[in-house]
Amino acid sequence: MEDLKNILAEHPFFSGLNEEYFALIVGCASNMRIDAGKIIHREGEEANHFYLIRSGKVTLQMMTPNKGPLIIETLTEGDILGWSWLVPPYTWHFDAKALDLTRMIALDGKCLRTKCENDHHLGYELLKRFADIMMKRLESTRLQLMDIYGDRP
Amino acid sequence: MATDPELLSLKVDYKWNPMLPWPFQIRRVKHETEDTFTIELQPLGALEEFAYQPGQFNMLYVYGVGEIPISISGDPANPRVLVHTTRAVGTVTKAMDKMKRGDILGIRGPYGTPWPIDQANGSDVVFVAGGIGLAPLRPALYEVVAHRELYGKVVLLYGTRTPLDVLFRQELENWRARFDLEIYVTVDRAMTGWRGNVGVVTNLIPRAPFDPRNTMAFVCGPEIMMRFTAMELHKRGVDNEHIFVSMERNMKCAIGLCGHCQFGSVFVCKDGPVFRYSEIKEMLVKWEI
Amino acid sequence: MVGIHLKTLIFERSELDHLVETLKRRDYKVIGPLLRGGAIVYDEITNTSSLPIGWTDERSNGKYRLKNRDDAVVFDWTVGPQSWKRFLFPPIQKIFATHKRPKGIDLPNTKKQPVQETVPAKYAFLGVRPCDLHAIAVQDKVFLGGPYRDPVYERKRSGNFIIAVNCRQAGGTCFCASMGTGPKATSGFDIALTEVLEGKRHYFIVEVGTELGGEVLKSLKCLKATDENLAALKEICEKTTQQMGRSLDTTNLKSILYQNSEHPRWESTASRCLTCANCTMVCPTCFCATIEDVTDLSGKQAERMRKWDSCFTLDFSYIHGGSVRASTKARYRQWVTHKLASWVDQFGTLGCVGCGRCITWCPVGIDITEEVRTIRENQS
Repeated sequence: MEDLKNILAEHPFFSGLNEEYFALIVGCASNMRIDAGKIIHREGEEANHFYLIRSGKVTLQMMTPNKGPLIIETLTEGDILGWSWLVPPYTWHFDAKALDLTRMIALDGKCLRTKCENDHHLGYELLKRFADIMMKRLESTRLQLMDIYGDRP
Repeated sequence: MATDPELLSLKVDYKWNPMLPWPFQIRRVKHETEDTFTIELQPLGALEEFAYQPGQFNMLYVYGVGEIPISISGDPANPRVLVHTTRAVGTVTKAMDKMKRGDILGIRGPYGTPWPIDQANGSDVVFVAGGIGLAPLRPALYEVVAHRELYGKVVLLYGTRTPLDVLFRQELENWRARFDLEIYVTVDRAMTGWRGNVGVVTNLIPRAPFDPRNTMAFVCGPEIMMRFTAMELHKRGVDNEHIFVSMERNMKCAIGLCGHCQFGSVFVCKDGPVFRYSEIKEMLVKWEI
Repeated sequence: MVGIHLKTLIFERSELDHLVETLKRRDYKVIGPLLRGGAIVYDEITNTSSLPIGWTDERSNGKYRLKNRDDAVVFDWTVGPQSWKRFLFPPIQKIFATHKRPKGIDLPNTKKQPVQETVPAKYAFLGVRPCDLHAIAVQDKVFLGGPYRDPVYERKRSGNFIIAVNCRQAGGTCFCASMGTGPKATSGFDIALTEVLEGKRHYFIVEVGTELGGEVLKSLKCLKATDENLAALKEICEKTTQQMGRSLDTTNLKSILYQNSEHPRWESTASRCLTCANCTMVCPTCFCATIEDVTDLSGKQAERMRKWDSCFTLDFSYIHGGSVRASTKARYRQWVTHKLASWVDQFGTLGCVGCGRCITWCPVGIDITEEVRTIRENQS
């Protein structure tokens, strides 16, 4: 548990969080190891966790009927995976699969969102951090949509 | 205002009329991807060698079709072979794509400012390439690899459209196999089977192994990509003065006389194409400048 | 053009023919003003009879008309649609020709020996207005002052003999006085003339600018200028300055234009601008050119041509995917900002000499002095 606490404390995602909240989050954390090729979650499944990737590589992918699975994005060491646990109806929108052997810290979102409802200050702290991640992903997505390397940029 | 007598006193050496192309013969045409090819040339006639610096470009003339600027993508240590990599997208490049070994092209150059590699001595070097932007960076990579001991960490972050659009694949694999080079490739989209990264090239910057306080960054790709890359490098702690970008504008003469490539007060052909990011940062966000 | 020898002489009107003859004898191709197609243009002249004697021009926004004055004054017009740049920087210029052979092509640099260039005729320009003298000096900086010199310009410019003519009257769109470029020539000429018509007497006051100028004048019957002649010269130039209806304030102009790149005026002027490129064609300093590679129908011969181009065309800024300056606003802003701001950064001088041609030949009468004033007075 001490080990987990240190890892979380060093991650920029949790920087500036007060000790009380930090302890609470550590209480919701657990280590996870996913073998290469294993599915972490599938589109439509209940979303009750988010993950901090410690090592390895995760692909977010989507099934297309005629082309097979399309990779939307890859996430690696230091990235946060998943925000569907935060927004109703709490279901995953993409498949997540470990491309390599992946070690992550799983955080119990179901437990956290109840706590956030009861303590909006905690809710705000978490939401602020996820908003930053969402903004970066949205920015990347916009750049990808522009197809700047394509024929008609 | 009188003209400085100095201006009128010199006589031009017509042998070096900068508007006349030199004949070069095609040694090889290699198709890199579906729409991108590399052309290897050797000088004919009066020229025996063609010396240039990484980041410079040439004007390539296809008989009767036209002339266009293309950056040099070869190894500057080998001035007997001139290498250009380009996409077949315009009239001239499409005509060039159909040319074969033995055909003659006209070449004027080399023109423009080079990547200031000498300024990176003793520091980490980060190359960030987007799409065809890897081609103008390759001569700089060759040079850095050839004098590897002069630099700290050497990192290449390369983003392109899909796994099929990855340029110089064999070379990237060779470089990746070395212990003293860090090569990261990412694509905008991929089908399963691709084991590399998916996402924009800027996503690679926060985790790339270099010391931002002691880094020189050379960035080449579409203008939007270069802007976001420079911002991300700066966010990571790289000084804007240590970031260099290579600009593209319409070039007709390549010697600052035709006016086409003006970008604010600079001529991209002679004041660039390589610019210090801090010097053009403001202009990059002006519309239609 | 070494130093300025401000020796002042006079010669009678009849000596003008001797001046032309002397220059021709010295192997100059004499280019002077001619009446053609309802305008005063510049072309080769053989004597002074073809000069626009007794003609003057009326210029205002978008308007140019010639008018007969019923007198014998030779230089009472200001500037026409052409400028001397068409001789030094021709509108269309062949750069090279190449041929297709069974094996390969003949490029100019194929042989180890440099291509021998034929020596062109030396130009003598008769009737260069002070604004146009400055325009030539501006283009000298553009074509000869950078790391690469333009060989065509260099050849055509070398050995020029320049006869400036001071302006007896200001044209309706002139603003040289505010640009410091006229109405009197101060440098850049071999000789400068000021035409004087006093009752029946018709003579020229001649200022000698170079040793060569003085030498050429030796073939003419010249007298030393008297104090009265000098007074007449001063009076003529002062009168012209006072006549000038327009002005452009260049104080701090570079930073004003750079700082006002998003001024609403650009947009409103763009709604009038037709992007016809007239202003750039008539401008004596505009130097943009495009390169065209063409072949004959058989494909056996190919040529490269250099042609005047304009920043008002969409193609001008085209890079793969589209044009950088797609809007009229951006193109109009580019032209004005280049002339009056970035030119200074590029060449150490303004790119505008106040000749007013762009105002005269703008079909919708856009006036650069008014544009600058509006932006200056309403800075954002």
